[in-house]
Amino acid sequence: MSVHLSIDYITHTFKGQPVPTLEDIELKIGSGEQIALIGRSGCGKSTLLHMLAGLLMPSQGCVRMRGRQVTKPSAKWNMMFQKPSLYPWMSVRQNASLGLDFAGQKDPERVERLLNMVGLADKADTNVQSLSGGQHQRVALARSLATSPELLLLDEPFSALDAFTRAALQDEVSTIAREQGLTLVMVTHDIEEAVAMADRVLIMAANPGRIVGEMTVNLGAPRDRASPDFSRQREALMRQFETLVGGGHEPPPKGNGSTESNSPQRQAA
Amino acid sequence: MSIPLPAMSNMLRDASGGFSWRGALRGLMTGVGYPAIGILVLLAVWWLGGWLIASNPATESFADFAPGPAFARLADLLGNGQVLEPVASSLYRIGLGLLWAVVVGVPVGVAIGLNAALREISHVPFQFLRMISPLAWMPIAVLAFATWDSAIVFLVTVAAVWPVLFSTAQGVRRIDPMWFKVAKNLGAGGGHMLRRIILPAIGQDIFAGIRLAVGVAWIVLVPAEYLGVTSGLGYAINDARDTLEYDTLAAMVVVIGVIGFVLDGICVQLIKRFSWHQQD
Repeated sequence: MSVHLSIDYITHTFKGQPVPTLEDIELKIGSGEQIALIGRSGCGKSTLLHMLAGLLMPSQGCVRMRGRQVTKPSAKWNMMFQKPSLYPWMSVRQNASLGLDFAGQKDPERVERLLNMVGLADKADTNVQSLSGGQHQRVALARSLATSPELLLLDEPFSALDAFTRAALQDEVSTIAREQGLTLVMVTHDIEEAVAMADRVLIMAANPGRIVGEMTVNLGAPRDRASPDFSRQREALMRQFETLVGGGHEPPPKGNGSTESNSPQRQAA
Repeated sequence: MSIPLPAMSNMLRDASGGFSWRGALRGLMTGVGYPAIGILVLLAVWWLGGWLIASNPATESFADFAPGPAFARLADLLGNGQVLEPVASSLYRIGLGLLWAVVVGVPVGVAIGLNAALREISHVPFQFLRMISPLAWMPIAVLAFATWDSAIVFLVTVAAVWPVLFSTAQGVRRIDPMWFKVAKNLGAGGGHMLRRIILPAIGQDIFAGIRLAVGVAWIVLVPAEYLGVTSGLGYAINDARDTLEYDTLAAMVVVIGVIGFVLDGICVQLIKRFSWHQQD
């Protein structure tokens, strides 16, 4: 497996913070690998993802995509956010085509195919305001895939959805990524999501944010959440997480867990 | 308070979703009836004023202000087309002034909406300039511009630019920061950001600003036309006063009011057209 993405000793300190948000992160991700970064709020996982996307530059170290340093966003990778943030004055099709428009390309067939894939072909000309939350993320998925990226970054894009829609979309994205050979890096605080989607799970701890452990998920695809194997992997990950990061209670959720995913942007702006 | 039986039965039928006279009446009233009442009240007040003026020997020479003579004169002016010239001149000045207000106000509004430093820097000068009555610029306008026409357009612009500018800046500041982030993530450059994200997002704010601007511009236009020029509605009013044609004066006031009302209606339609908020 060739190296798709290498994170070379990233350390990052936000202005006015005593402890680095990320310290000495070193990681290589292979082409087509599906990676989950899990950790509590404040461990810097979302900050790291923003750096992979080129939306934030680390204070030290760098991210290399196929050997080339990442300095800004590119059509070769795309990030899905917790909030789908579709543009409410556009139709489903216009939202999905936006990346292609920005790149000066036109590929109506591809957009059509993608909308078909996410099950929204019949709503292509509908204004996105009349869609449900799950449909919003489906449009966002089609939008992310329209520019034919090789890498998809997921910043908890399913966390605001109901459990059934969430599971369905996790499976969908996972399947699409495998079929198209996409590399997938996702950030989550949901252990089940990590086991359902990832080949390799990296456990992060806070103060300073660092990778403290790693687990390979030995499950085929598609994954059956009701199977004993799935439960065993889930338990193993849970146990490892508790050993490495510490068990006990989750810190009280702040603003639906969005505090962390917002902070890099605020700091970057 | 007791409810009469027929009304009661209508209320019951209302609840069951059947046809209701009461509902139909309410629809007709809000659509036609209430505005008609408003217009009638206005005419009644005007008529009463005219009657008071006519019945007082000290003011009876101004009796032509009343609705009767005014509408008769208005019909004449409409019939012989004399109303067209002042209306066309005034609309031309208003249009050009608004155009300049948009050309200046929208880009500056976007800039101060996006950039906090620029917003801080411009705050005091803009609030200061905004508080100066546009008419106070008149002497400067007369000195600075070669023609009366362009001086008037300048005064309209000075009045109209602020609502456009501030409404645009407000709109930009209300844009969801995620929209910028997502667009950047999708590879948007500065031009894309402006044309595909910012302008569509604030279209309704721009037109809401223009709506306010039309109001103040129209107010400034008439006194501005008292000076120098020999065309336009302001001139027509001043001229009618000088020649004691009070019926013409009142007719012109009606024309001004009607055009203002129509312009406002056009703005409301444009705001609707450029609003992306989905209507239920």
